Amino acid sequence: MAAPKIIARDLSMEYQARDEAGREERVPVLEGFDLQVREGEFLSILGPSGCGKSTFMNILAGLAHKTGGDLLVDGKPLQGINRNQGVVFQGYALLPWRTVLDNIAVGLEIRGVSKAQRLETAREYLELVGLNGFASRYPHELSGGMRQRVAIARSLAYDPDVLLMDEPFAALDAQTRETLQSELLRIWDTHKKTIVFITHSLDEAIFLSDRVAVMTQRPGRIKEIFDIDLARPRLPELRNTQAFVHYRQRAWEALRDEVTDITREPAAAATHQNWQSIATLGGYRIGV
Amino acid sequence: MGFKLTSRRVFDSTVGIVAFLALWEALPQLGIVNPGYLSPPSAVLGAVLDLASSGDLLKHVQASLFRSFAGLLLAIASGVSLGLMMGWFARVESVLDPLLQFFRQTSALALFPVFILFLGIGELSKIAIIFWASFWPILLSTISGVKQVDGLLINSALSMGANRWFLFTKIVLPAASPSIFTGIRLAGAYCITALVAAEMIGAHSGLGFLTLNSQEVFQIPSMYAGILLLAVVGLLLNFLLALLERRFTYWRRGLRHGG
Ligand SMILES: Nc1ncnc2c1ncn2[C@@H]1O[C@H](COP(=O)(O)OP(=O)(O)O)[C@@H](O)[C@H]1O
Ligand SMILES: [Mg+2]
Repeated sequence: MAAPKIIARDLSMEYQARDEAGREERVPVLEGFDLQVREGEFLSILGPSGCGKSTFMNILAGLAHKTGGDLLVDGKPLQGINRNQGVVFQGYALLPWRTVLDNIAVGLEIRGVSKAQRLETAREYLELVGLNGFASRYPHELSGGMRQRVAIARSLAYDPDVLLMDEPFAALDAQTRETLQSELLRIWDTHKKTIVFITHSLDEAIFLSDRVAVMTQRPGRIKEIFDIDLARPRLPELRNTQAFVHYRQRAWEALRDEVTDITREPAAAATHQNWQSIATLGGYRIGV
Repeated sequence: MGFKLTSRRVFDSTVGIVAFLALWEALPQLGIVNPGYLSPPSAVLGAVLDLASSGDLLKHVQASLFRSFAGLLLAIASGVSLGLMMGWFARVESVLDPLLQFFRQTSALALFPVFILFLGIGELSKIAIIFWASFWPILLSTISGVKQVDGLLINSALSMGANRWFLFTKIVLPAASPSIFTGIRLAGAYCITALVAAEMIGAHSGLGFLTLNSQEVFQIPSMYAGILLLAVVGLLLNFLLALLERRFTYWRRGLRHGG
């Protein structure tokens, strides 16, 4: 078997924060985090809100620094930003002063590609995400689903090997979300990227992935990884099959303790203002 | 924003202006207010025409425009560049901030004697006071504009491999531009106030001088002409800055409504 694309070994990360009394305190977010991502696979990381999913993704993207452990990409320790990775954020992160086409071309512009060339490439990716005819619109003129399509096109346009997606569809309505999930699978099928997809939705993780990694509550680590042996291409109806429901049950069992525990922990939650709201939200969000 | 004027609104505002002018004309004409103190608009218009034909109007308007533009442009150039530095480099800000907090509280008018002492009674001291008054709103809004840039946009650009120069010119600058222009518009208003003050103290030209001087020699209609022209200059400046703002932040059109 080929060497893993990404290896996280005993990864840890802690924030320095101030508690209510203004004392410095260390907030461990990741601890003993082990994960291997295979070349070309679609891997989802599933975990309750606040468990450290975004933190892991930011470290992987080079936007945050680990405080311990190893992180290897293509066998080499990650240093700074990895230019072979594309990141898609939940909040779209489109530049409001640029048209759709110019947004898609940003990564190419950063790489010094000539204007004519990058606009041509951007057009290809615009078409790929089904936004023909929207090239000269501004982001605020688009729906949430369309904005996320632009963000996906932008991250693909400079042809990275790995796509990191941090709850990209969480803010979308159920209908749009399912459409984009299918679109993403179609794109993945033609472009053969390695995708690390973060979500707190069981259905989403199972529908999309080759493997699902379930995280514990904070300080987060990978609790369990299981294969999703569902045939591809996957159609929307798959969600109603016996096999799908079976995986759903299994993932829920892994996740349930993490979710219930976090809501049963008001003392810990109260030490950090954010945690309380995140914990409460987590209870609702996960209870699908 | 007043760019889309409906016919209804044009009508309403015309009614307001006409009624005001009629009242203004009637009060002194009917002797309700002493015409020696309040000249009717017809007399003010006469004074404007007299000033125009004698060439004085051009002289005063030119002097005022030159001073306000010089002061304002200097303030924009230095306020925006210093503001960008202070917003971007936390260290620069922490060093300069206490100083600036003190200086911004120092009124431009209070400093006028100092400016005169150093720069003389000529154009320089007048430009300096206008500069001082316009500089602060631009500086402060530039700093806050830079600091309020959405971290997600920065992270996203970084994740694509952007270097600091790209971040600064292609992300931070455009993202901060609405806030910078808010400061520039405000500076436009402060600039006119400072202009009037500067021209009322030891000047021999300019609309502020015209206004005060006319009062001193009891040319009351031309005093009102000066006030009126100052208002017109202020309006024009504001209009010009609004155009400039639209040119640079065109992408925000519809943002407020659509979101
Ligand atoms: N800058 C920060 N300082 C202190 N704590 C933080 C900071 N960012 C995130 N955290 C905490 O780290 C934990 C994990 O955050 P995050 O990775 O965003 O969770 P997730 O993406 O799984 O919802 C949360 O409890 C959050 O409050
Ligand atoms: Mg998150």
